[in-house]
Amino acid sequence: MSALAHVPTGSGQSASPPPAARPGRHRLLPYLLLLPGAAWLFLFFAVPLLQLAAASLYDPDGSLSTGYALTWAFGNYPTALQAYWPQFGRSFLYAGIALVLALLMGYPLAYAIAQKAGRWKNLLLVCVIAPMFTSFLVRTLAWKTILSDNGWLVGLLRDVHLLGPDGRLLATPVAVVLGLTYNFLPFLVLPLYASLERLDYRLLEASSDLYASPLKTFRRVTLPVSMPGLIAGTLLFFIPATGDYINAELLGTPNQYMIGNVIDSAFLVRLDYPQGAALSFLLMSAILAVVFVYLRRAGTEEVL
Amino acid sequence: MRSAFRPLTRRGLLTGTLGSAALLAAGGTLAGCGTKGAQQTEAGCVSEDLSGTEKKLAFSNWPQYMDVDEDNNAKRPSLDGFVSKTGIQVTYTEDVNDNNEFFGKVQNQLAACQSTGRDVMVLTDWMAARMIRLGWLQKLDKAKLPNVEANLLPSLRNRPFDVDNHLAVPWQSGLAGLAYNGRVTSEIRTVDELLTRPDLKGKVTALTEMRDTMGLLLMSNGHNPSDFTANQFDDALNKLKKAVSSGQIRRFTGNDYAPDLAKGDIAACIGWSGDIVQLGFDDEQIKFVVPESGATLWSDNMLVPNRATHKANAEELINYYYDPAVAAQLAAYVNYICPVQGAQAEMEKIDPELAANPLIFPDEAMLSKARVFMALDEKQEREYETKFQQVIGA
Repeated sequence: MSALAHVPTGSGQSASPPPAARPGRHRLLPYLLLLPGAAWLFLFFAVPLLQLAAASLYDPDGSLSTGYALTWAFGNYPTALQAYWPQFGRSFLYAGIALVLALLMGYPLAYAIAQKAGRWKNLLLVCVIAPMFTSFLVRTLAWKTILSDNGWLVGLLRDVHLLGPDGRLLATPVAVVLGLTYNFLPFLVLPLYASLERLDYRLLEASSDLYASPLKTFRRVTLPVSMPGLIAGTLLFFIPATGDYINAELLGTPNQYMIGNVIDSAFLVRLDYPQGAALSFLLMSAILAVVFVYLRRAGTEEVL
Repeated sequence: MRSAFRPLTRRGLLTGTLGSAALLAAGGTLAGCGTKGAQQTEAGCVSEDLSGTEKKLAFSNWPQYMDVDEDNNAKRPSLDGFVSKTGIQVTYTEDVNDNNEFFGKVQNQLAACQSTGRDVMVLTDWMAARMIRLGWLQKLDKAKLPNVEANLLPSLRNRPFDVDNHLAVPWQSGLAGLAYNGRVTSEIRTVDELLTRPDLKGKVTALTEMRDTMGLLLMSNGHNPSDFTANQFDDALNKLKKAVSSGQIRRFTGNDYAPDLAKGDIAACIGWSGDIVQLGFDDEQIKFVVPESGATLWSDNMLVPNRATHKANAEELINYYYDPAVAAQLAAYVNYICPVQGAQAEMEKIDPELAANPLIFPDEAMLSKARVFMALDEKQEREYETKFQQVIGA
């Protein structure tokens, strides 16, 4: 109070208080910025999602010609799960194995690009992204050629007796997992790279000055720094990989079909809309559950 | 500067989730009435035929299903012939890649009795049967189709789903039978060989088209795919199941078995005659076999959907393609079974070798072994399709 009292008031205009923040406009602005995205999301995600939710509760005895009545048939869910739990399990299993493989390849790759590549950095990044310039389908079809029974890879593996004389890669779980790993790898590498690029090399030096072994430095410094990228990357990898059906369709056999194949056939071939919708919701909730558990364990709020 | 956003906390996220759940529940009530039936009646959905004043026609077909000029891919000789003969401008679109996918494309319009913008579309038997069942097609006027009356192959008349021949007219037909690559394996003759011969283990594919694969299996059990019982279907399906679980069948395919067969990744398969004819041009070791027990005969049919406004023009087109000379011109390019009698004689003038090819102009013996799959109602279709899909893994 006293400080204020001593301010000379003679030249009042020049000493007017700083302009008050106009809270109304500032508060509205972020929402206005959100509006186009939100409208888009509402029209093309929320509304179809609602429709899908309703479809999953349609009377399973309905048909295309007579129409479907919404009978709140919650029984569609257990029925669908009972019929197709192996494909469910397989989706998570394959996506999980592919994730581990991708991490083993992707982490060192992202680290090398971010920290060691020097002037090759941009070129290497382009190499990671370049395959994405072609269509997903074309990339997967290329794997059919690579893994072909009469291709050089299978020939080589047979020569070194890793595969029997009649062994094959195509049409096996191995091919599907390899396809998944390859197709979604960039989604893992790019966020990881973004995190690792911010890693300050001096931290590593400090760590070794403090007598930490390289392993300990990795565990205590590098890994925590890359955690946000790691989590974002694993989610971006795992979620689409679980729902994927192209790899199983092209590189696998019926015995490798994942839940995406089942949903595809429910909607397009069998015309069993209630079941297709119920399976879609089961898949969504299963993925959400896995993601929530994962985020809890990984203990980060930063990604959300 | 103060951020206007609160950092997103777990509580915030939970509130959001709950909010969405509430929205979902609200939407559930909004969408509460389900869907209306898609069935239409014959007279309810017809539009006025504008053919008299509009010399136009929109034609949807599969890719590579129309003859093109050798020097200029944009020219389609037989279709151009139609345009200059009748003055009807044809908008030709190759937008049918898959029956199910195409059904998804037009289903909303046809179910709501709206125009699809197409006057003629070409779809396979079973999809034509589904559309007939749903009342989505316009009846053709036989008086305007004299060539069809005169020249349609007898085995393609009075088919189970269109006994009066007035809703679907075959564009091209084909057989589903066995095929093998002679560089990889020895000749196969029967479905049983395909499903059990040990040297073929893991090198066999079958088709995802239920009717083609199951038709062959039914016949291999001595049953008739044009008329079978649920038990007979189950027997055939069990046979297929055994071959899948023993690892004999590697996978189920659409057209994509063709490159695998050519490469030798698969040795033998259930395949379509037209594909094998094409492969045979490049490699004569790839051969098609009509199994001793019989093959399935399918057709892709020209259909006129409800609300099409150029039905008379469409009939003119259909009639034009049943002129033997035009049919031969088309068959020389597409290599499927030509459904037009008399085209073989015309083909002699174009390419005698093709005229002698039994997979384009099958002889009586071959046609007597070919069967068209039974017409199914929606309930049967879903039941059989679900059982079949479970065996093939989806």
